[in-house]
Amino acid sequence: MSATVETLEAMERPPVSMGSRLEGELLEVSMGPQHPSTHGVFRMNVALEGEVVRKLKPVFGYLHRNHEKIGENVSYLGSMPYTDRLDYFCSMTNNWAYALSVEKLAGIEVPERAEYLRVILAELTRLQNHASLLGFLLNDMGAWGTPLMYAFREREKILDLFESLSGSRMMCDYMRFGGCRVDASREWLAYAKKIVDRFPRFVDELEQLIVGNEVVIARTQNVGNVSPELAVSAGITGPMLRACGVNYDVRKVDGYGFYPRFKFRIPLGEHGDTYDRLMMRVLEMGESVGILKQAFEQIPAGPIINPKVKIRAFRPPVGEAYGRIEAPKGELGFYLISDGGTNPYRYRVRPPSFINLTILEDMCLGHTVADVMVILGSIDIVMGEVDR
Amino acid sequence: MESLEEIKARIEAAVPGAKIDIVTNGGPSQQHSLRVDNEHACDVAKWLRDDPALRLDFCSNVTGVDWLDRTVKKTVKVKKVVDGEEKEVNETTEEKIPGHIEAVYHLYSMTHKHGPVIIRIRTSDRVENACLPSLTPIWRSAEFQEREIFDLYGVKFDGHPDLRRILMWDEFEDYPMRKDYREPDDYEYEPTPHDDVLERAKPYYTPRPQIDGAESIVEGSKPT
Amino acid sequence: MSEGIDEVLRSKLQQQGVWVSSMQELYNWGRKNSIWPLQFGLACCAIEMIATAASRYDIARFGGEVFRPSPRQADLMIVAGTVTKKMAPQIVRLYNQMADPKYVIAMGACAISGGPFKQGYNVLKGIDRYIPVDVYIPGCPPRPEALLHAFMELQRKIDEQKLSGANKAAHLDSEQPSEFPVPAFGKHDLEPPANPDVFHPPKLERV
Ligand code: SF4
Repeated sequence: MSATVETLEAMERPPVSMGSRLEGELLEVSMGPQHPSTHGVFRMNVALEGEVVRKLKPVFGYLHRNHEKIGENVSYLGSMPYTDRLDYFCSMTNNWAYALSVEKLAGIEVPERAEYLRVILAELTRLQNHASLLGFLLNDMGAWGTPLMYAFREREKILDLFESLSGSRMMCDYMRFGGCRVDASREWLAYAKKIVDRFPRFVDELEQLIVGNEVVIARTQNVGNVSPELAVSAGITGPMLRACGVNYDVRKVDGYGFYPRFKFRIPLGEHGDTYDRLMMRVLEMGESVGILKQAFEQIPAGPIINPKVKIRAFRPPVGEAYGRIEAPKGELGFYLISDGGTNPYRYRVRPPSFINLTILEDMCLGHTVADVMVILGSIDIVMGEVDR
Repeated sequence: MESLEEIKARIEAAVPGAKIDIVTNGGPSQQHSLRVDNEHACDVAKWLRDDPALRLDFCSNVTGVDWLDRTVKKTVKVKKVVDGEEKEVNETTEEKIPGHIEAVYHLYSMTHKHGPVIIRIRTSDRVENACLPSLTPIWRSAEFQEREIFDLYGVKFDGHPDLRRILMWDEFEDYPMRKDYREPDDYEYEPTPHDDVLERAKPYYTPRPQIDGAESIVEGSKPT
Repeated sequence: MSEGIDEVLRSKLQQQGVWVSSMQELYNWGRKNSIWPLQFGLACCAIEMIATAASRYDIARFGGEVFRPSPRQADLMIVAGTVTKKMAPQIVRLYNQMADPKYVIAMGACAISGGPFKQGYNVLKGIDRYIPVDVYIPGCPPRPEALLHAFMELQRKIDEQKLSGANKAAHLDSEQPSEFPVPAFGKHDLEPPANPDVFHPPKLERV
């Protein structure tokens, strides 16, 4: 080799060849459908360069249970138990979204007490959903077991409430068109109030564990950033959208139910990273507790179901309706077309977690495989809803 | 938000040549929609997204709807002069509507917090020309939902970046959400008491009315 | 063989602090108290499975808390949820990868027969079409107590397994298959729609 070196640069850097470095070698890994952290039967095909994600394609359909096809073949009310099984953490909000759409389709009024009960149950659902999500997310980060146990301890208390009201822990099937199925007794409300009053202690405890925790900060800050423009264009909704700083909450925008009567704030993030998404859940739990407290104070006595609604051979008039609510995971909508028969001509679910996955690839590019799990966990998906 | 008539007029001024129909919805929800022709769908969608007064930047829901071939029979009373006398005569008109698949987009605005504006585009038939322009370049959220419509209804979206089956496996050949899809034979089927009950209940139900007063739904040809 | 020990003699010896056992008893006792399930959930029932493992129901009381993400380390597969046709080949593959002895609990209506989603075009009408199932739990979803009950049933079953003799346990019998053919994705359905060696559809009888 001649001793003449042309530039300083050439001297400092060894010549790059494909053989001496791992650059250019892409390793394709299929994560899932059986994977401890994919929250069900989700699968991703990931192309890795070393440990860095260069490409990521989600694969769906491992839990495609034909909800929509079945919904078109059973009566309107017959679909109600199926909606429980969409997002199986939040059966109450699923029921509400479906009932709301049918009420729009058929022009049904809902009595005041029923609306209050719906708000109470939806917010309780939000509490338990966010609590268990945080448990799972910390689990994915390596805090194996403990946070999940804390979260499930709280979740069980709320499930007890659901069970004593509706008869089932998870699949409540509680709402009906024009109201609710059974009334809540005074004791139930008092007991629920007690549990809600104690809930902030858990939230504070969890917040303490998360906010300043070095590991959590290192694993989540600046990981999986989303810009507000991308989030809006990709139809992201729910806490994930608000973590990017976009103020859009269907509870405020549509004002369905009796939400305009309650005072609550919408927490907003700034950076749109995983840490913001995490904190969004913590803060929303605090707001939900506030709504619940107001609801317990204001709830009036009265009927819980509109007596004019037919139960047998219920036929909404010809037409279509799209109704949506703010479910814990984002905007949950039902689109129904009626041809005047006893079952819908078209029954469509707008699943928030499915659409929130649209930008999974954009969020993961350039991060390591270990981060993919954390990012996925922070989106908060439930496969029953993604694949339906 | 402005009324649909105003939006329609403004679109027609902004996108020359666009053919827009207002599809009225007679139900209590009163969510009317705009039917856009396929050639101008992309331009119209872009305009809807970018117009400063509308700013429909959030495409919430994309749905496929399958309409089979059907005949709409309408009976109208007409006054006619028969033998020098004026009489009321029932006149029946028959109209054949060929089957088609429709894609419905529900648009909202996150900037102005209004909506929904509903647009629909439809294919010319259900078998060969089941093609529609893709609106994914305009709203990213349509990406997976259009793929789902492709998978379950068999509509090809021109201009979609990644049109593959999404829920069913790749080897699958049918389009299961179509109304004329037949499942593979379930040899485990057994008659249950429920069938007898249904049979006995039949006389108590009036025959099912169809949309637009159509009297019969003719089964469309099954795609091969 | 435990049958060989006189029960009266044994209890007398026990009073004297001498513990007599047999290989089979010891072996089954060890196995039944450390069943490691495969960490693998399919649908709603999986959440109840997690609840069973979590604080209130605590499956650790029965020695089943070690959920293993790898089929190579697991003894028990809890099929918790709806098995779709797209997922069925993976489940059979996972089952094949588990080391003998292995057991299967079909948890919930869906895993037993397709449950509420039975009419679905993509829903398998019971996982027992492809792999043998040891314990079935009805329910939609079964409560955590039901899963614990199934777990205890399985322990009872393990306790009764024989190490030798004509009716020895399946995993000790070299004649018995421990792997099953994985179905393939067909044009309209899975191929074959059921494994004829494992699944015998019930005879229809109409009176
Ligand atoms: S049995 Fe019920 S709860 Fe369990 S997976 Fe099936 S639908 Fe879900």
